[in-house]
Amino acid sequence: MVETIASIAYLVAIVLFIIGIKRLGKVRTARSGNGLACLAMLIAILATFALAAKQGVMDWEWIVGGLVAGGVIGLVAAIRVPMTSMPEMVALFNGSGGAASLLVALAVLWPALSPQPVVPAGEQAAPQQWETWEAPKRLYEVHLGNLRASGTAVVPAGGGAVVAPAPESGTDPRVVIATLFLSIIIGGITLTGSFIAYAKLAGKITGDAVTFPGQHALNLILILGMLGLAGYMAYVATDPAMGMTHTLIVMGISLLLGVLLVLPIGGADMPVVISLLNSYSGIAAAMTGFVLGENVLIVSGAMVGAAGLILTNIMCKAMNRSLVSVLLGGFGQTAGTGGNKDDAREYSNVKSIGAEEMGMMLDGISSLIVVPGYGLAVAQAQHAVRELGDLLEAADCTVRYAIHPVAGRMPGHMNVLLAEANIPYEQLVEMDEINSDFKQTDMVIVVGANDVVNPASLDEPDNPLYGMPILNVHEARTVVVIKRSLSPGYAGVRNKLFEADNAMMLFGDAKAVIQDTINEYKENLS
Amino acid sequence: MIALTVFVLAIFLGFELIAKVPPTLHTPLMSGANAISGVTLVGALSCAYFASWPMLANILGALAVATATVNVVGGFMVTDRMLGMFAGKKKGGK
Repeated sequence: MVETIASIAYLVAIVLFIIGIKRLGKVRTARSGNGLACLAMLIAILATFALAAKQGVMDWEWIVGGLVAGGVIGLVAAIRVPMTSMPEMVALFNGSGGAASLLVALAVLWPALSPQPVVPAGEQAAPQQWETWEAPKRLYEVHLGNLRASGTAVVPAGGGAVVAPAPESGTDPRVVIATLFLSIIIGGITLTGSFIAYAKLAGKITGDAVTFPGQHALNLILILGMLGLAGYMAYVATDPAMGMTHTLIVMGISLLLGVLLVLPIGGADMPVVISLLNSYSGIAAAMTGFVLGENVLIVSGAMVGAAGLILTNIMCKAMNRSLVSVLLGGFGQTAGTGGNKDDAREYSNVKSIGAEEMGMMLDGISSLIVVPGYGLAVAQAQHAVRELGDLLEAADCTVRYAIHPVAGRMPGHMNVLLAEANIPYEQLVEMDEINSDFKQTDMVIVVGANDVVNPASLDEPDNPLYGMPILNVHEARTVVVIKRSLSPGYAGVRNKLFEADNAMMLFGDAKAVIQDTINEYKENLS
Repeated sequence: MIALTVFVLAIFLGFELIAKVPPTLHTPLMSGANAISGVTLVGALSCAYFASWPMLANILGALAVATATVNVVGGFMVTDRMLGMFAGKKKGGK
């Protein structure tokens, strides 16, 4: 009875997940979509608890301990994280999703791989296979196959209940073990890869692409070795004593690979990497679903995987990069790292203005486009920008914001930041829609953006940025770039725009500079 | 094999559902998806109550519960926080 209700509950959860994800894709319904997905999660969890309670005794302290610890961490993080740090937070969450899949697979494998009998005395006691674990098949028979093959749990002595749902009957045990290893591998790569991505985003380690000779060869050897070992474990291995070591080796390699695969990816490519790791965390969840034969995990994990892939694709297009070239890493290797820092000093024909001049220039213009970049968020200048925009609108100037798809450090990041500052939704315009309007625009203010307005990407084939779609701000009558210094952007490439005849630099902290400009502008009016 | 079929179909379903998402929703979609991938919690819960298992397996299970819960709680809450800003702003803008 409970099993039937639980199965129906799982099905309801699947349906709600699907509707939730669908609604997350439209502005008007997004919030309710999130709520539905949350409800689905609650139903799935309750169903799992119901199954557990039916099976009898369980170790509540472990579960409650885990739930409370995780819940508190998640709650505090969600409430306290500033919107500027969303990419770091999502990176960490991706990592914890990967960790969860890795840990579940390990927890399932561990008892099977323990050399000693796990279940001591008792009537239904330890199957003797523990001592002679001839083939990995035992793993399935003992730990998965028996468990709930016909909906009834094996209750081992010691009072514990085992309610892991059995994989559909007839599944080849070797496939189950292979899936367990895939779960470990994808989870491991997601865990450490996300952590490196976090460290890069948070500036804890260099954002530059870290490369060394033989990197790709090393990665290839590690990947092949890891897969080979996992395949050996699933299809050939016979000695349980070796199982533990081999599992740990596979896990170790996957953790190492996560680090090695993300290190060579430059800071500018981070939006792609986060999206991809997001996808991985979903696929890892689906793998766990394969292991446990649970459709809720398979379906929702697969959809998260698909969502991550779609965003990855969008980000790649926005930067005119192929996924392969991003993954192989080394963005801007030629001009990106050491060399261009000297470039920064070579700027010539740079015009610098002050807030006073800026205030005067704003007087009488009829169209303004603001190009916000991550620098705006760092300086917390959103609110100042909005105030300036309101003032100009009051003076009959149209104010719009041009959003590059990779503005900020994760997909859609800039939209969230501007929404936080209460900038009206209708004023945010996407790159493709606004690019032809720059020619007829009196003034463009670039705040803390750099690479996405670099015209070098249009006409310098040997520039690392070449081919990346940009906002054509250089076509406007006047461009003012608000920036701290002439230092290169995230891609580490010098910006040709700064030397253009119609461009002026306004150096300083974005928030302070815009505030000064507002004051000057008001003074002019009065 | 059925599981694999379900997996592949779900991926296609995902592509269909999310193919056209406005850039405004990219970040919330990602954090929401993140929360959903915390569904591993269901698997983790199954593991944490293998009471007869060795202590270490229990610890692994409990850790899995904790990491998955971080995803679920944090992911859904932060997504709601972000989408709340959009909703508030839409009313204010009009």
